[in-house]
Amino acid sequence: MAFTLMFHIILVPIGVALPTIMLIANYKGLRRDDGVALTLARRWSHAAGLTFAVGAVSGTVLSFEMGLLWPGLTGTYGDVFGLPFAIEGIAFFCEAILVAIYIYGWRRLRPWTHFWLGVPIPFVALAGAFSIISANSWMNTPAGFTIGPDGTPTDVDPIDAILNDALPYELSHFVLAAYMAAGFTVASVYVVGWLRGRRDRYHRLGILIPLTVAAIATPLQFIVGDTIARWVANNQPAKFSAMEVVTQTGPDQPEIIFGRYDPESNTVAGGIRIPGLNSFLTGGSRDTVVPGLDAVPPENRPSNVNIVHWAFDVMVGVATLLVLLVVWFALVYWRRRDIPRSRLWLWVAAASGVLTYVAIEAGWIVTEVGRQPWIVYNLTRTEEAVTNADGVWTSFTIVVLLYLVLGAGTIVTLRAMSRRWRRQGVEDTTAPYGPRPLAEVES
Amino acid sequence: MTAADGVAVVLVLAVTLFAWSGLADYGAGFWDLVAGGRERGRRPRELIDVAVTPVWEANHVWLVFLLIVCWTGFGIAFASLMSTLFIPLSLAALGIVLRGSSFALRKDAAREGRRHLVGLLFGAGAVLTPFCLGAALGAVMAGRVPVGNAAGNALTSWFNPFAGTVGCLAVAVGAFLSAVYLVAEARRRGTPELQGYFRVRAVAAGAVGLVLGVVALVALRAVQRQMFDRVVGRSAILIVLGVVALGATLVLALRGAVHGLRVVAAVGVAALVWSWAVAQYPYLLPFRLTIAEGAGAAVTQRWLLAWAVVAMVTVLPLLIVLYVLDQRGDLGEDGFTHSG
Repeated sequence: MAFTLMFHIILVPIGVALPTIMLIANYKGLRRDDGVALTLARRWSHAAGLTFAVGAVSGTVLSFEMGLLWPGLTGTYGDVFGLPFAIEGIAFFCEAILVAIYIYGWRRLRPWTHFWLGVPIPFVALAGAFSIISANSWMNTPAGFTIGPDGTPTDVDPIDAILNDALPYELSHFVLAAYMAAGFTVASVYVVGWLRGRRDRYHRLGILIPLTVAAIATPLQFIVGDTIARWVANNQPAKFSAMEVVTQTGPDQPEIIFGRYDPESNTVAGGIRIPGLNSFLTGGSRDTVVPGLDAVPPENRPSNVNIVHWAFDVMVGVATLLVLLVVWFALVYWRRRDIPRSRLWLWVAAASGVLTYVAIEAGWIVTEVGRQPWIVYNLTRTEEAVTNADGVWTSFTIVVLLYLVLGAGTIVTLRAMSRRWRRQGVEDTTAPYGPRPLAEVES
Repeated sequence: MTAADGVAVVLVLAVTLFAWSGLADYGAGFWDLVAGGRERGRRPRELIDVAVTPVWEANHVWLVFLLIVCWTGFGIAFASLMSTLFIPLSLAALGIVLRGSSFALRKDAAREGRRHLVGLLFGAGAVLTPFCLGAALGAVMAGRVPVGNAAGNALTSWFNPFAGTVGCLAVAVGAFLSAVYLVAEARRRGTPELQGYFRVRAVAAGAVGLVLGVVALVALRAVQRQMFDRVVGRSAILIVLGVVALGATLVLALRGAVHGLRVVAAVGVAALVWSWAVAQYPYLLPFRLTIAEGAGAAVTQRWLLAWAVVAMVTVLPLLIVLYVLDQRGDLGEDGFTHSG
């Protein structure tokens, strides 16, 4: 399951955020009568369509796995937290239809009709993200029920469960991450072309449009991320202690970068320590008391503190680098209306797509591994929810192999598409909206 | 009728819709698999490709709806099913990945050799998934799924003559429906020889399906007499309706009709699905767990019903838009990515 999710989480940001970027290019193309922008929008829609199709497959497998792997979760709490998945079902259905119309409508629909048919896509994508994140945040802050005398949930209120406490934090964090990932990933593809000397208007626009989206999302993400960290410190202290490897509760906590945690003795060896910074970041002063792992009974401590902590540091590190990248970009663009010329900037920008994904996977590890040993926070342990069926490891191996093939296939196909596009050049023989000339449409 | 009964009806509706659309997609995959060598099978494969590509994702969603409604409405039943039938349902998921990914990727795989290879993978998934889903259904009907986390036998629950026959029946039903749809599709695209090609296959699949249905009934009588009595008792009318519709489809097909063929075939398949549902009512897991016992909180059931209404209100207009645009010829392969 974890593996399928890690795969799925690569596709989701593209499905959520790429349609917006593609519609911006589409709008620009129609407004300014800009063929290059239209070509970009058209190509991005095909990339989005492909990832969307693969995402549909891995999403279906995920809904199987909810039962195949976690009967203890769906069996006990299905009626509490199942509703958001049902909402996602609708959102996904709408998105599938709209994406199909958009992709297959390039040739013959009227230009603005086509554009407006695409406009709902980002909104249904957001509705889908809302519901799935709601289900996940429910696992962190379970709500909408009370545990009855026999240990099963009673007084169920699925709406309270959907609108649980962690939802606004997780949702804003995720949506911004999606826009960053899609923006940086698309831009980095064209930065690579730029570095190889293809410095035409096509590549310039291909960098500027998505990078601007990412540049807006990144600083916002920094603020949201900081807010969330403090929220976690107050609401899921065990997870926070693991993220920052705080061993003893108390004031004046150092910020430890990397290092090695020893669960036996509850101590940290190595790493870079910045005195007092952790307390300062958590509460604004060095006197702030930060919760430590000593406050949690050993059997309830996150099972793998090192993974959580390292993942957290990687995520924050990447985010810091990306903030520097977009600040540099913003300054240069403000002064010269151009992409920075520095090789260093271009190299980092070329890597930014991969880096965002590293950060997303790391962030996912922080929230999921950091919640262990609980699957539903403070209520159900993961081992209580897992299936008793044999052969889980066999099927896990098959799933991993299959997804490696699927992932490789997706990349090969995307690359084949890109090579074909490069051969075709920017001015296409099959112009969009071709068979009906614009003049006829206007009259 | 309680809200939980309503949700059970929604569940059976989702099964029906999946049988009409998703199962038929798998059937099309089956015909793709047996279409013969690269040259000989080119034309039917092309028709299958253009017919299924725009709709397969949407058709898939019914299955996802089915799973979600099941675990939200009847969590205990879902957990019992998924853990006891771990093997066939995992294999069904495997088939979905094979089929879906090859469909997603085949369109853009440039070289024809690679395309052919991907098509073979697609075919394997197209048989695996309906068979396993059918076998799982057979296990439920035969009362082999007890309540609890992996409480039933992981192998014999579904690996037995009755469940196996139901699995084969599911494959045949998919193949039958898709052949019928493809006859109409061939006509719409003006390819008379393909019309004949799929007409023969529709008749063959229908005949095989009829035989398998009889075998399944005989097997059911042997393994689960109580359920057999219910099927031939209170579901008798539906069974008769199904057989009549199947017969009508065969007659229409042999006489060369196209109009009404799809509708009659779909009615027959729906009658089959509902004969199962009616026979099993009010049990979720026959003779062990009723709808009332397996239902989650009542408020959730009511929300699920509201959800079902919202789903219809939002999805149907969009489907109509898609359908209208498609029929007006406003939608077409972009050409632009696949021309290389």
